[in-house]
Amino acid sequence: MSQRQVLQVFEQYQKARTQFVQTVAELATRPQNIETLQNAGVMSLLRPLLLDVVPTIQQTAVLALGRLANYNDDLAEAVVKGGILPQLVYSLVEQNRFYKKAAAFVLRAVGKHSPQLAQAIVDCGALDTLVVCLEDFDPGVREAAAWAFSYIARHNAELSQAVVDAGAVPLLVLCIQEPEIALKGIAASALSDIAKHSPELAQTVVDVGAIAHLAQMILNPDAKLKRQVLSALSQIAKHSVNMAEMVVEAEIFPVVLTCLKDKDDYVKKNASTLIREIAKHTPELSQLIVNAGGVAAVIDCIASCKGNIRLPGIMMLGYVAAHSENLAMAVIISKGVPMLSVCLSEEPEDHIKAAATWALGQIGRHTPEHARAVVVTNTLPVLLSLYMSTESSEDLQIKSKKALKNILQQCTYLPALEPLLYDAPPNILKHVVGQFSKVLPHDCKARRLFVTSGGLKKIQEIKAEPGSLLQEYINSINSCYPEEIVRYYSPGYSDTLLQRVDSYQPLTH
Amino acid sequence: MSSSSIYQLAYYTMKMNLYNAMAVRIQRRWRGYKIRKYCFNYYYLKEYLKAVSETNDAVRDFRIMNSCTLFRCREALEEFAEMKDREEKKADLEREEKKRDYQARKTHYLLSTKQIPGIYNSPFRKDPDPWELRLQKAKPLTHRRPKVKQTHSVSLSDWLACTSARSFPRSEILPPIDRKPCQGPFRPVAEVLEQRYRPLEPTLRVADPLDGLKEARREVQRQEWARNVNDNMFLPFSSYHKNKKYIPTLHLSSKYGSDSYGRQHFRDENPKRWICDKDFQTVLPSFDLFSKYGKLYSKAGQIV
Repeated sequence: MSQRQVLQVFEQYQKARTQFVQTVAELATRPQNIETLQNAGVMSLLRPLLLDVVPTIQQTAVLALGRLANYNDDLAEAVVKGGILPQLVYSLVEQNRFYKKAAAFVLRAVGKHSPQLAQAIVDCGALDTLVVCLEDFDPGVREAAAWAFSYIARHNAELSQAVVDAGAVPLLVLCIQEPEIALKGIAASALSDIAKHSPELAQTVVDVGAIAHLAQMILNPDAKLKRQVLSALSQIAKHSVNMAEMVVEAEIFPVVLTCLKDKDDYVKKNASTLIREIAKHTPELSQLIVNAGGVAAVIDCIASCKGNIRLPGIMMLGYVAAHSENLAMAVIISKGVPMLSVCLSEEPEDHIKAAATWALGQIGRHTPEHARAVVVTNTLPVLLSLYMSTESSEDLQIKSKKALKNILQQCTYLPALEPLLYDAPPNILKHVVGQFSKVLPHDCKARRLFVTSGGLKKIQEIKAEPGSLLQEYINSINSCYPEEIVRYYSPGYSDTLLQRVDSYQPLTH
Repeated sequence: MSSSSIYQLAYYTMKMNLYNAMAVRIQRRWRGYKIRKYCFNYYYLKEYLKAVSETNDAVRDFRIMNSCTLFRCREALEEFAEMKDREEKKADLEREEKKRDYQARKTHYLLSTKQIPGIYNSPFRKDPDPWELRLQKAKPLTHRRPKVKQTHSVSLSDWLACTSARSFPRSEILPPIDRKPCQGPFRPVAEVLEQRYRPLEPTLRVADPLDGLKEARREVQRQEWARNVNDNMFLPFSSYHKNKKYIPTLHLSSKYGSDSYGRQHFRDENPKRWICDKDFQTVLPSFDLFSKYGKLYSKAGQIV
């Protein structure tokens, strides 16, 4: 055969390889093809192509592998078991930027499924090469490397510590300062994933000076970036008072309150999470937030969204109100209580209802003023029904019982307490009756109202064990009224009267 | 004695009771004042709550809320939108103008002559149609000149631009047909032009490019590289095992000449780790025997 014909065979083979790898990469973008590809044994075919001499075939093979591993964790495990990772790591150092991007994509796709796979990536020494990629001049490579770090660090604290030990954190902070928005967002999410596990990791992130840069980016108009930045700040602030104070010192208020009005739901959620994490530590921080108008902003934010987005805002109100009665009063005058009652009745999810009941309990437990502000919106019957309903989860029942008890112990607003006389179970009833017994001896108008509304009758119908607290309360209420009235309303009075009629002998003259 | 002391005791007790009761009254007033003023000041609390609600209203007001960023952004956006609109309108007007101008140039023949009024200049009208004025202003369209295609060959004659065929000065207007030749001892025009614009006829040595050989080699290499499947050098099978990089010996990889260690000094010294400057001291005197080695008996045992 002539030389040309021999070379033609090689050319055909190369063309066939290129076509194969490009088609596989394209097919792997659609999920429905991946099953078929997997059954056809695509992994074992792609593996030798990773070592191909033609650079384009190598890069496309790596890209195809990345897309396959991205789809589910069986394929990712196959990648790990096939010993592909060391080869990838080795060639990551010397290849061009397309290869680096594709290889970082594979590492990220493998690392995202489970901690064991991420540990496998760490074990094959990929972190150091990824750190080298983070210093690359091409922003796409840095983005891919930062994304891989973020997915690895997400799982648990040991993996985050491994990422920190590889020296990634200062480079991530440098990436945040780059002008490309996507790179900023991914670097912010990587920092957030690192800082979320423990206070020490958050301290490492803070030590590199990340807070100042993150705080500057809150003003950026891009919604995805804002999400990541707010999430990173909230993960830092949640660990301790010092970190929350450092985040506050970065002058995020009142800029964060503008984020609460953003159109994007997740920006609102992350912003209210950040405010919640700051508010929960000390009364001083909550005071700062209240003084900046944060409570009103959060309440408006709750009003404008539905579902899980509301949850951090509701919890924030609860935390603020829990610290002191002045703060609870501030929440009340910002019209927080009607909003919380609306949430309680509207939301179908139990955990949101539980959060709303807890928040209401925290608001109402301080003084009778607070309790009155809570019960005038007719929340007590709602709380009672939540407590009694068999469909509510255990958490919801416990929280509603606690809230009921806390509010009832301070409540002196009798018109709101009366409906509870009829429906409440004995353990709640004793608190209700106890409150009546405290208020009635001193207020004669209330006594009259109590009689005319049928409350006294209901009291008489309650069967209490003699010597119990309930019986004592009932006795003290009865002692507020003249004996005839009490006897008139006692059950079976009509029978006794009829008996007397029966046994009465008219006087015959 | 005892009775007076009892009286005195009773007197003093009464006085102390009075003082204590007065002290209680004073303390009561003071305690009330202190708590109402410093510990829990009701009016201060009311003021504070009012201030909080005012801040809340300010925060809730959409315009004030967005003043720090979004309002300015919105203003800027509106300005930008206006500017874009204005630019678009201008561009539209210009396009219209150009179209009308072109139309006028194409239909220039519809212009009215002295004898015959054109269609836009009807005699029954007071004023001619504005289109008439436009036609007057427009220049009639001429035929499109065919574009001369440029050859992209890299040849020697390019730099001698005056000798190329196209360098003959050509104007758009042709010379008049009956131009009389200039008077005087002039050569015929055609001869002169022929001599002036004679093409270059370089020798072979001049016509060859200086780096022709290199160019040719590079060309061949380029074609081979494009054709190649494998870029690695193909080694003959006999040297198949010679794929290891050459590692020079220690001898050759160090500087020229022999090492002084083992020849001039036998002890590895590291002055940085010395504790003090002084050398080892001999505690015992040196052994005299070894200095007499080979010199003791006869010359026959001399060391060479």
